[in-house]
Order: sequence, then C-alpha cells, then structure tokens
Amino acid sequence: MSGFAALFYKELLRFWKVAVQTVVAPVVMALLYLLIFSHALESRIEVYPGVSYTSFLVPGLVMMSMLQNAFSNSSSSLIQSKMQGNIVFVLLPPLSYLEFFLAYLGAAILRGLIVGLGVWAVTLWYAPFQLPHPGWLLAFALLACAIMGAIGIMAGIWAEKYDQLAAFQNFLIMPLTFLSGVFYSIHTLPPFWQAVSRANPALYLIDGFRYAFVGQSDTDPWLGLLVAGACFVAISALTLMLLKSGYKLRH
Amino acid sequence: MSQATSAIRVRDLRKRFGATLALDDVSLDIQPGEFFGLLGPNGAGKTTLISILAGLTRADSGHAAILGHDVVRDYRQSRRALGVVPQELVYDPFFNVRETLRIQSSYFGLGNNDGWIDEIMHHLDLVQHADKNTQNLSGGMKRRLLVAQALVHKPPVIVLDEPTAGVDVDLRRSLWEFVSRLNREGHTILLTTHYLEEAEALCGRIAMLKSGRIVACDTTRNLLQLTNEHCVQLRLDRDEVPIAWQDRLLRDAEGSWRASFSEYTELETLLADLRHAGLRVTEMHLQEPDLEDVFTDIMKRA
Repeated sequence: MSGFAALFYKELLRFWKVAVQTVVAPVVMALLYLLIFSHALESRIEVYPGVSYTSFLVPGLVMMSMLQNAFSNSSSSLIQSKMQGNIVFVLLPPLSYLEFFLAYLGAAILRGLIVGLGVWAVTLWYAPFQLPHPGWLLAFALLACAIMGAIGIMAGIWAEKYDQLAAFQNFLIMPLTFLSGVFYSIHTLPPFWQAVSRANPALYLIDGFRYAFVGQSDTDPWLGLLVAGACFVAISALTLMLLKSGYKLRH
Repeated sequence: MSQATSAIRVRDLRKRFGATLALDDVSLDIQPGEFFGLLGPNGAGKTTLISILAGLTRADSGHAAILGHDVVRDYRQSRRALGVVPQELVYDPFFNVRETLRIQSSYFGLGNNDGWIDEIMHHLDLVQHADKNTQNLSGGMKRRLLVAQALVHKPPVIVLDEPTAGVDVDLRRSLWEFVSRLNREGHTILLTTHYLEEAEALCGRIAMLKSGRIVACDTTRNLLQLTNEHCVQLRLDRDEVPIAWQDRLLRDAEGSWRASFSEYTELETLLADLRHAGLRVTEMHLQEPDLEDVFTDIMKRA
C-alpha cells in the first residue's frame, strides 16, 4: 500500500498548500451563516424545548461544511488534474484502482474533518460546549465525509469540464445540503415537504450529527446510521466499478 | 524471440476510437538495449500504441508486454519497468520541481530516493530550479522535468513521445546526449519524433506507422538503402539547358537546376551533355538520400 500512502500524502499536501482557500474560507463562510441566522432567529425560534436556535444551528453548519468540503476536495483535485493533463502522473505508476480510491477518499475525509473542526471551534464563542454523545459525532462525521468524498471522486471522474462539475455541485450537492435541516427542523415543514426531506440522505447525516450535540433529533440516529452506511457502500461500490473499468481515465 | 526477452512485445494490437481504427493488428518486438524509432504522420497511431504500453489506453484486442510483463494482467511490474515521457507538456502547479520528483518517486514505492533525484536533476540541468514552482518553469524546463519524472524509478525501458517538439536546439542536444547515455548504459529507448534527422542519427531500428498499420520495420541502415534517389543541384553560366534534359532538369526559385537520379552514370551523362552544349557548371551540390526521402516514399506507397 505504499502507493496509497504516496497518493494520500500528495492529496493532503495539495489542499494544505492552499489552506486559506480550502480550510479558512469555509470556516469564515460558516461563521457568517451563524452570525446572520442566529441574529435574525435566535429570539424567535426554539426548535427543541430547552435548545437555543444557535445551539441547534451549530451542528448543522459543522456538518454542512464537512459535506461540501469533502466533496469539493476529491472532485476539484480530479477535475484539475484531468483538465491540466497531470492525471497521467498517477495513471502511469503501479497504483491499483483501490489505492487510487482510498487515497482520494482519505484526503477528502481529512479535509472535511479539519474544516468541521474549524467551524466548531469558531462557533464555541456563540454556543456553549455540550456533547452528550461523542460516539455518534464521530460516526456521522466520518460517514458524511466518506460519502461526499466518494461522490466527489465519481463526479471528478465523470466531469469533462469545469462547468459540468459546477452544475453537479450547484444543482445537486448544494440543494441536498441546504435542504436537509441545517437551518430548520423538518417538523416545521408541511407533510409533503417532510416526506420529500426524508428522501434526502443528507438529512439523516445532519440530524444524527445534531443528536450527538443536543441529544434530540427529528429521526432515530440508528436509522440515520443505516441510511448513511448503505449510501456509502452503494456509492463506493459504484465508484470502484468505474475506476476498475477505467471509465474516462483509461480510455 | 521468447516473450521474456523482449523489452517491448506487441501482438496483434487493435484499437478503435469511434469510426477510426487507431491500431490495426500491430505486432512489434523491441529487444533490450535497442534505440528504436516509431515514425508516422499525425494520427498514425503512435501515441495510441504508447498509451497502451503505458496502461493509459486499453486495447480492444491483442497483447502488449514490457520485459515479459503483460501491461494489463501484470500492470504493476510492467509499469515499474516503463518510464514514459508524455507528449503533452503537463505539470502539477501545486508543487515545485523537487516535490514533484519526490512525489512521483513515492508512487513507485521509492520513499528515500533523493540521491538518484539529485543525479537526474543534475543531468537535466534542473538543480538551480529545484525549488521553483512548476508553473513558473519555461517550456523547455517543463519538458526536462517530464523527462526526470519518467526516470525517477530507473525504468529499464524508456518511452519518449515526441520529446523535442517545440524545444530549442540546446535542450534538444543535451536531451539526446543524456538519452544516448542511458541507452549505452543498457536502457531500451522507444522514441517517436517528427524530426526524421533525429531518428536517423539516433535509432538503430525504425518502424513506420500509417493509419494504424506498420508499413515498414527495419534497421535504419537497411531503410536508408531502400531508396537510391540522389539529387543534384546545379548552377550554369547561361540560362539554358540541353534539349535532352529539358524534362528532367527543374528550375528552382533561386535559378538553380535540380535533377534526381538513381545511378551515378546518369550524372556523368548529364555533365557530358552540358559540356557538349558548351554550358559551364558554376556551382554543384549532391544530396545523398536521407530518411525523409525513404519516409516520404514509404508513406506514398503504403
């Protein structure tokens, strides 16, 4: 697995060299969301009894940042390498498709976790620290980053141009993450939109993750774990199949 | 030859891209230590063949092996044995020269390879650029870095896909010196180029591809003997030529006359006829046939 370690390290180095853009910027963005929404809604909304709106919002923002950045890491690395042509540097060495997958996945997970930690750290000023279920936090954080990292690999392999990837990001990833109960509880929605929301896997990730922080959630965390686990297995299997076949990489 | 001994062995390779048949049953054997040239017009299938050897493209049918390792089944061994300098001038703008080489080396499981990396940087004049970001390198330096990247794992078989396209004379010369040295040290070299004089000077054996088929494959010496078209270029003291030669002597833009011939006796006849007509030769050049003539000839006939 030395090839895996090498590619994983290169992927870490890649985003770490531009950490202002890949880590600091998303943290600042999440902080802005927190300032605006908590200012506007803190005194008006109490989603769960005894839980302030800011305390409700923080886990959602942390999770949303993790989802978007894990996706962004693998997808943008791949599309840049493909557009630039330097993808050959990783196609010429004796790396297996599994090593390839795990390296891009590992780097995406790590970027997601670092950004998530950063967002959490800056929000500690606004919401008191509480973490009744650290196990759930770890499980949902890892699964969320893994799912999005794998989707990012798939999107990066599939997209042939930057705008195709942008479309994927803007019309799929963004709506899924924004409309997943980051800013509100789905119980406040009309029944039809509640049902639609339940079909969104990102909902279970955010809800389960929030459970770890506030001890209350819209859905059962065990159901969330099952949905998230199944999603990860399905997406990984599909991505590995594409990689094995050489889809769009080895013509 | 047995499969194990060929540096590159290609059998009945066929590859189709949509309506174009890029490779049409290509078979080829290149022995260890050869300096082998692969020539052909654009779109002949040279890069497709190289891509299949490198595992970047998968053949529809047929087999390819590097030092006996099948490029699909034993891809780890075959890729370890192969160093490819790609045609496109690609680089990763996130890293500097030394980082690029260290990373490339680590992909092959060579974590502590600085000794060899320093050596190739030295031979390719990259030392003073070691800490420069790759996007700030000139085109020539980027090309050198690509050569260095192909060599980080000391591959016994080296493939250079048009390495001198758009490269200045100095770099071209130093590159060929370095590659020739690698060849003398036992590395097998497969080269594609559009500069036929380079191929003629460097390659011991040459294959010519046209529309996905090998139309010639022989030693450079034998190929050069395929054509015996010599060419003579003359300047005369007066603006006329003997009647018998009016069809064969062609006037060029500078006022010289040119004729091609296959036997030297024809040249004697020409000179005798000129003397007979009272014409004096003021300037004369003889051109030996070169690979370009052979190439043009073969491509026309194939």
